[in-house]
Amino acid sequence: MSSDQLPITNYLLPITHYHYMKLQKLLRDDRFWQIAGQAIAFLLVVILIALLWDNLTYNLRQLGIQLGFDFLGVQASFDIGETVIPYDPSNSYGQAIFVGLINSLRVVVLGLILATIFGLIFGIAQLSDNWLVQRLAVAYVEIFRNVPLLLQLFFWYFAVFLNLPGIENPIALFGAAYLTGQGVFFPWIEATAGAGIWLVLLLVGIVSAIALWRWRGRVMVERGRAGNQIWYALGSILGAIAIAFILTRSIPFRLNLPQATQGQIEGGLRLSPEFCALLAGLVIYTSSYIAEIVRAGILAVPKGQWEAARALGLKPNRIMQMVILPQALRVIIPPLTSQYLNLAKNSSLAIAVGFPDVYFVASTTFNQTGRAVEVMLLIMMTYLTTSLTISLVMNLYNRSVQIKER
Amino acid sequence: MQIQSSAPPTPPTSPLNWVQKNLFSTWYNSILTLVCLAVIVWGLSSFISWVVSTAQWEIVGANLRLFFVGRFPHELYWRVWTALGLILSLAGICWGYIVRKSPLFSRTILFGLGALIAAILLLPIELSARLWILAIAIISIVGYAAGRKLPPNISPWLTAAWGLVFIVNLWLIGGGLGLTSVPTNVWSGLLLTLLTAICGIVLSFPFGVLLALGRQSSLPVVRAFSILYIEVVRGLPLIGILFLAQVMLPLFLPPYLRNLDRVLRAIAGLVLFSAAYLAENIRGGLQAIPRGQFEAAKALGLSPPLVVLLIVLPQALKAVIPAIVGQFIGLLKDTSLLSLFGLLELTGISRSILAQPQFLGRYAEVYLFIGLLYWLFCYGMSTASRYLERKLNVS
Repeated sequence: MSSDQLPITNYLLPITHYHYMKLQKLLRDDRFWQIAGQAIAFLLVVILIALLWDNLTYNLRQLGIQLGFDFLGVQASFDIGETVIPYDPSNSYGQAIFVGLINSLRVVVLGLILATIFGLIFGIAQLSDNWLVQRLAVAYVEIFRNVPLLLQLFFWYFAVFLNLPGIENPIALFGAAYLTGQGVFFPWIEATAGAGIWLVLLLVGIVSAIALWRWRGRVMVERGRAGNQIWYALGSILGAIAIAFILTRSIPFRLNLPQATQGQIEGGLRLSPEFCALLAGLVIYTSSYIAEIVRAGILAVPKGQWEAARALGLKPNRIMQMVILPQALRVIIPPLTSQYLNLAKNSSLAIAVGFPDVYFVASTTFNQTGRAVEVMLLIMMTYLTTSLTISLVMNLYNRSVQIKER
Repeated sequence: MQIQSSAPPTPPTSPLNWVQKNLFSTWYNSILTLVCLAVIVWGLSSFISWVVSTAQWEIVGANLRLFFVGRFPHELYWRVWTALGLILSLAGICWGYIVRKSPLFSRTILFGLGALIAAILLLPIELSARLWILAIAIISIVGYAAGRKLPPNISPWLTAAWGLVFIVNLWLIGGGLGLTSVPTNVWSGLLLTLLTAICGIVLSFPFGVLLALGRQSSLPVVRAFSILYIEVVRGLPLIGILFLAQVMLPLFLPPYLRNLDRVLRAIAGLVLFSAAYLAENIRGGLQAIPRGQFEAAKALGLSPPLVVLLIVLPQALKAVIPAIVGQFIGLLKDTSLLSLFGLLELTGISRSILAQPQFLGRYAEVYLFIGLLYWLFCYGMSTASRYLERKLNVS
């Protein structure tokens, strides 16, 4: 054995050292960590999902449930308190959930409109120069914002709407509307035979009014002549109404007043106590938030804008309408969108007052079928779609009110 | 020559001037004032006559204990009082520490003391409760006075003390480790409301921070997962999340964990929900930090995790404290939804009180009373946080 034969470890050492250096270099490389970090995160999520899925399949096998949406075709055999489209217990679960969805949309759309109006009124009133009005608006906002919505719903339903006197001696408002414990009755309109013609002609009139308005506006800006936009637009709409009246020889609707006779109320539009309570709670709660948003938005408009508009001789309500609100909208729209989303999500509290919205119907479906996973997926899909639709519409609107830079 | 600027002379204001200026300045303001006055007089008079004559407040007086601590065993009340005392004395210390530069007794504090004394004297509670309230009030006032004397660099210790109080209070209420254990199914009333809300916000904090960092991360996969989680949770109503936690969570857990009790499941639901919103709030704070901070930290040779931990997060979290307080108020209100899942927190216990046969149909009284409790907490906290924010910004 020659003496210059080194032990084998000495041959290996340079190699391991080389690898060690390479590893060191790799470990100090940001790019390596970026990829490794993502791989680790991905693996963790996959392992978590696999574990949960494994538990789910095991548990479902123990309970004897199979996943699948075929139960939606099965007869529901529960009744729904109020429906817009015809429904009876022999319809399927799928149809029941659809009925619930329509009920939800009814509350949400009406709630959004009313909450916006109330929020705008109270938001502006919070900045009123009338001390009493301002204090009242602040009190409204601070009271209703700081009490849970669910509690407000219980209050409106159990303590107010169900507590109204029975249908035998209703509270009459101006002889036209009636408040009773069985519901609120409003005057309503009914379409007559010629309503279709009226509708079409009115639409044509409105579209042409908008077109005329724009055209006159262009004339005003480009040629410096009097625009008379209002007269052109009004003329177009009135013309459409005149033509419709000549064609049908009647007005398009009949007023349907509720009549209180011997312990009964007939006619008119009946809103159930559940619907009224839910709507009242949602509108009041959301409008107190919207009022704060509107107030902050108006305060965000620089003071110089007020002063400049006043210097131009505009009246206070014209200043608000033409100078301040359009600029405040830019600040108002993004938080307003999230309040709209909250209202849509909070409408699911309908279950507390027994109004059959989509969550209520879905949870009844779960109680009858035990399909937790599928029902949850349906609820998720419904609310995510609603939320996405609202934020899409509001984002488009937001884009239209933002500053247009030339 | 120096020009002396002075305020314009103000005309003397008499009450009549004030009324004329603030209530009857124009004809439509006069009409508005009269309409509002009519509404206020009509509303207040009918409300007061209802409160005094029609309403029957025995339901509230007879069930005061149930509203506050629910079915917590009577002989263990001292633990709840001690927990409350710990919280309030530490709150007193912190308050004194923060407002140490303003005068000792302001009008608000004196007013609060007056209200407290009136409450001790007037509320229909037993003698021991009165003594406890008195003792706690004295301790927190002493804490307030002591907090003003603390050295300025003590705030990390105060944060740690809050963590300690949280754990000690959980131990006091839940028992174990030498104390008689109180099972979660007797936790109820306002106690459960506060407990779930506090646990919800505290436990969701680490998740919220991680999700916010994930959403800001430069790694596409991490970012995608964070965005997916945050947006899905924020798109769902809380009632849906609670349904998930109550009904579906047991299906996703291994068999030996399946009978997790109801309160823990509810807290899990609140944590899942709150983490997504907290993440968005913290993201706001992260975005508010100027780029220069990152670059300076990198130039100092800090590794990316250390940049986040030592430089970015402390500043971001400090910036979003008001938002987190707001979220806590929201969560406190949201805990009322637990009553829909059979939990006896404040709303739930009042529904079971309303089911007592001798008090049927007294909805308005009970809902007004617990509404007032919720309102006191929420309004008090938001006012206090706005006040502290102003104080902290000034100093």
